Amino acid sequence: MPDYTLRIRRYNPEVGEAAYWEDHTVEMKSHSSVLEAILEVKAKQDGSIGIRCSCRAAICGSCGVRINGKPGLACNTHLQVAAARGAEGEPITVEPMGNMPVIRDLIVDMDAVHWKKIRRVVPWLINKEPIPEREYIVPHENMVDVTQSMACIQCGACVSDCLSMEVDPGFIGPAALAKAYRFVGDPRDAEQYERLKDLAEDEHGMYDCTHCFNCIDACPKGVAPMSQIMRLRRIAGTDHKIEDRNNGHRHEQAFVKNIKRNGLLHEADLLPDSYGGKLHPRAAPELIESMPVAMKAMARGKMTPGKVLLHPHKAPAEVKQIFKTIEGRPKREELNLYVSGYENAEERGDLAHVPHADDPTPLNPPEPPTAAASAPPAEPEGGDSI
Amino acid sequence: MPSHDVLVIGAGLAGQRAALAAASAGASVAIISKVHPIRSHSVAAAGGINAALNPEDSWESHAFDTVKGSDYLGDQDAIEIMCREAPDEILYLEHIGVTFHRDETGHLGTRAFGGASQARTYYVADITGQAILHVLYEQLMKHHGQLDRYEEWFTTDLLRDGNGHSVGAICRNLRDGRMQVFDAKSVILASGGAGQAFKPTTNGLIVTGDGMAQAFRIGAKLMDMEMVQYHPTTLAENGFLITEGARGEGAWLLNAAGERFMEKYAPNKLDLASRDVVSRAEQTEINEGRGFPDGTVALDITKVPRKRILEALREIVNIGRDFAGVDITREPIHIRPGMHYMMGGVKTDSYGETNIPGLYAAGEVACVSVHGGNRLGANSLLDTLIFGRRSGEHAAARAKLMPMPSTPASKLVDAEASIAAIISRPAGGRRIAAIKDELGTTMNGYCAVFRDADGLAKAHEIVRRLKEEAATASIDDRGSVFNQDVIGAIELGYMLDVAETILVAAQERKESRGAQFRTDFPQRNDAEWLKHIDVAVNGGDVPKVDYSPVTITRWQPQERTY
Repeated sequence: MPDYTLRIRRYNPEVGEAAYWEDHTVEMKSHSSVLEAILEVKAKQDGSIGIRCSCRAAICGSCGVRINGKPGLACNTHLQVAAARGAEGEPITVEPMGNMPVIRDLIVDMDAVHWKKIRRVVPWLINKEPIPEREYIVPHENMVDVTQSMACIQCGACVSDCLSMEVDPGFIGPAALAKAYRFVGDPRDAEQYERLKDLAEDEHGMYDCTHCFNCIDACPKGVAPMSQIMRLRRIAGTDHKIEDRNNGHRHEQAFVKNIKRNGLLHEADLLPDSYGGKLHPRAAPELIESMPVAMKAMARGKMTPGKVLLHPHKAPAEVKQIFKTIEGRPKREELNLYVSGYENAEERGDLAHVPHADDPTPLNPPEPPTAAASAPPAEPEGGDSI
Repeated sequence: MPSHDVLVIGAGLAGQRAALAAASAGASVAIISKVHPIRSHSVAAAGGINAALNPEDSWESHAFDTVKGSDYLGDQDAIEIMCREAPDEILYLEHIGVTFHRDETGHLGTRAFGGASQARTYYVADITGQAILHVLYEQLMKHHGQLDRYEEWFTTDLLRDGNGHSVGAICRNLRDGRMQVFDAKSVILASGGAGQAFKPTTNGLIVTGDGMAQAFRIGAKLMDMEMVQYHPTTLAENGFLITEGARGEGAWLLNAAGERFMEKYAPNKLDLASRDVVSRAEQTEINEGRGFPDGTVALDITKVPRKRILEALREIVNIGRDFAGVDITREPIHIRPGMHYMMGGVKTDSYGETNIPGLYAAGEVACVSVHGGNRLGANSLLDTLIFGRRSGEHAAARAKLMPMPSTPASKLVDAEASIAAIISRPAGGRRIAAIKDELGTTMNGYCAVFRDADGLAKAHEIVRRLKEEAATASIDDRGSVFNQDVIGAIELGYMLDVAETILVAAQERKESRGAQFRTDFPQRNDAEWLKHIDVAVNGGDVPKVDYSPVTITRWQPQERTY
C-alpha cells in the first residue's frame, strides 16, 4: 500500500495560537477515502484531530471539508483522486470549509451560517387546505422532481465555496435556496407565490446568485443548487410575473427578443429592452448613463446612428427554426437528475418534463412502477431534444 | 439549569417523533443529541416503511408477516399495535411533507420488500430515512417554541432519584465541554443501536450503544440481545449497505457459478425471503465454496431497468461507484451478510416504558418486542415512529402528574470528575481505537450468522479482557472544545457493556431461532425456548439472565418456510 501524507489544518481556540498546518503520513489503499486516512491518523497517531463524521458513505453529511482546495465530503473523496489534484509528491491538504467560522480543526460552525439560512426560507410545508383525509393526490413527476432537492444532505460544501456569499455574507445561499425549491416545487404547498416573492424581495435573495457554478461542482449528491435557484427564478418571473430586483429576468428576455429578431446581438437595443424598451421611463436614466460609452463606440466606428435606429441584420431561417421548435413544445422542459435519470449532459436527455401550474397539456402517463421490471429500458422524455 | 416535562435523548426518527408527540400533547420538551439531528443514523435507512394502507391489504396480513419474520419471538400484542397504527402514521408523514413516491394516478405507490406477502413498502427513492428525518426536523424547527433543541450535547449519565424514578440526565456540551444537569419528569431514550461493536457494520461511527448501556447501568432490563441482524447485502470491503429495495425492484442473488441459489433455500420468496434466511443462505454458499474468492456472492441489479435504477435506486448507484468501483446498472456487485441491526434493546411495554418508572425507550435502542428474532425490512422505520409517538404521548401524560425533580449539584460534580479522570489518565495504556477494533473483529468473528458455544465463550473471554484494558486506555486530547477523544473512550465502555450482554444472551439461548443460529443447536425448540431472554446488570460481574414470556394473541408458532 502506498504512503499518503495529509497536511491538516489545525486550530484549537483553547491554546490561543493561530491556525497552523500539520503533516501526518499513513499507509493506505489508494481507493481509500480521505476520511479513512484521517481516522487512521486519529487511531494511531493523534486522537485530538477534530472532524465530524459518522456514516462514511456520503449519506449523513457530517464530514464536509476542503481537500486540496475543493470542497466536498472526506468520506467519498478517494486518496488517489485527492492526490491528483495537487502537484506530484505534495501532501494532500485538508482544511475546514469556507464561509463558516471554525470551531476547532476541521469542524465549522454550521449553525451560525448554514442552519441560520435554512431557517430563513420557512423550511417546512405550508399545507394546502383542506388537508385531505388520505394522501394528497399529486403527479408522480412532481414528487420525483423535488426528490433532487430532498437529496441534499446539508453538508455545507456548496456554502463553503459560494462566491456570492463570500462577497455578501447575508446572501441566503445555495443550500437554503435549494431547500426553498423543495417547497416551491411541491404541489402540496399553499404558498408558492408568497415564498417566491419573499425570496425575490430580500436584498440578499435569489437574484444574488451570480451563476458561478461553484455549488454545482461542490455538491456531492447531485443536488445542483444553482439549477434549483434558476428554476425558482423562472417560476417567479414566468409564472408569477414577480419583479427581478436585479433586472436579470428582463435582461434575459431582451437577449431572446434580440436574437429572435436580428439573429445577432444588437447592443443598442439590448440595453433599452432590458429596461422595458426605449420609451420606458425606467430605461431613460440607464440610457443617459451609458451615453459616454455610446459616444466612444461611435467615435471608433463600432456604432453608427443608422445602425442604432435600424439594425440591418435579420434573423436567418435556421435561427427562426430554433425558436419555432422551442416555442412549439407543448410543455416546459426541466433540468432534473431524478426525473431524467442522467447525471451528465453527454448522456443526453437531462431535460425532462415536470408539470406546473400553467401546463397546457395533461400529464403523460409514466410507466407504472410495478410493471417497470418487465418493461424495456426507456429513453427519458425529451431525450432527443438537445 | 434546564428543566422540562419530557427530555428526549437521541434525535433520529424515534427521538424526533417522540419530541413532536410530547410537544403536541402540551409538554415542554428538550431533545438532546450528540450529533446534529439530521446526522443521526436513521438518515441511512434506504428502502422504505411498511404499512397496510392499500384497501386490498390488511393490518392482519402485515402483522402475520411480522410475527413469522420474527420467528415467533415477537410479542404479538405490540406487533398488532404497530401494524394497526401504521397507515395513519404514513398519512401523518405525507401531510407534514414527506415526498413519498406516487403511482401513475398520483396516489401513494409501494415497492416489494423481504418477508412480506404484499407490496406494502412506501418509499422516497432509496433515501426514505433521510427524507423522513429531514421532514421531521423541519417540524422541530417549525415548533421551536415548544421544543428546545440541544444539538451536539453528549449524555454521560441517566439520573434516578431516591424513589428509583428516572429524573433527567447529565450532558456535556461538545462545543465547549461544559456539563449540565437536565431535570425532567420523564426521559425518553431514543439513541439507536450498537452496530459499532461489530466490524464491519452498516452502522455509522456514532452508533455505539449509548442508550442501551446507560439504561442497563442504572438497572433497566435488556431483552432479545442475542438477536443481531446480519443484512444480506453489504459491501465486502467496508460493510456499506446495499438496500433491500434493490431486490424489491427485481435484483437477483447469484453465486460464483451464476446460479440463483435462493431457489434452494426459499423456493417461494426467493431473494425476498426474510433477512435471516437470505443471510444464512449466502453464508452457506460462501462457506461451502460456491462464493467468490473474496468471500462474497453477487447481487445482480442489472435485472432492473436502467431508468428505474436511476430514479429509484440512485443512492446505491453512488455507493457502488464511489465505494466499490462498480457501475451497478451494468454489472453485478459482490456482497455478503453484514451486521446491520439490533432486534434487542431496552425492554419496554407498548407505551415505551421500561422497568424504571419515568424512563422510556423507543426505536432501535428499545425492545418492545416487535421484531423478535428477526426484523423485516422496512419495519424499523415504522417501529421508530409508532413507538416514538406512543412514548412521547405517554411520557407527556405522565409528566402532568409528576412534580419537577431537582437533582443535587453533587451528581454533576461526580460526573465532571469522572470525565476529568479519563482526560488525565497517564499515557501508556492501549489505544482506544485498537481496543474498539479488536472488539468489532471479535464480535463479527464469533457472534455473526453462525454461532456455537466455543466461539461465543471465547468472544466473551476477550470482551472481559478488553473491558479491563479499556479502564486504563489513555487518550491524546486534554482539551474541552470538541474533545472527541474523551467521548470515544466513554463510547467504548458502552459498546463493551452491550457486547457482553449480547454474548451472554447468545450463549444462553441453546437453540436456533431468527438471527441466532447455533450450529451446536441447529433446530428451533419451542418447548424450551419460546421465551425472551432478559439481561440485567450485576455489579461488575457477568450480567444476570432472566426470562420473560412471549405474548401470543392469535398466531400460534408454525414451521417457518419462505
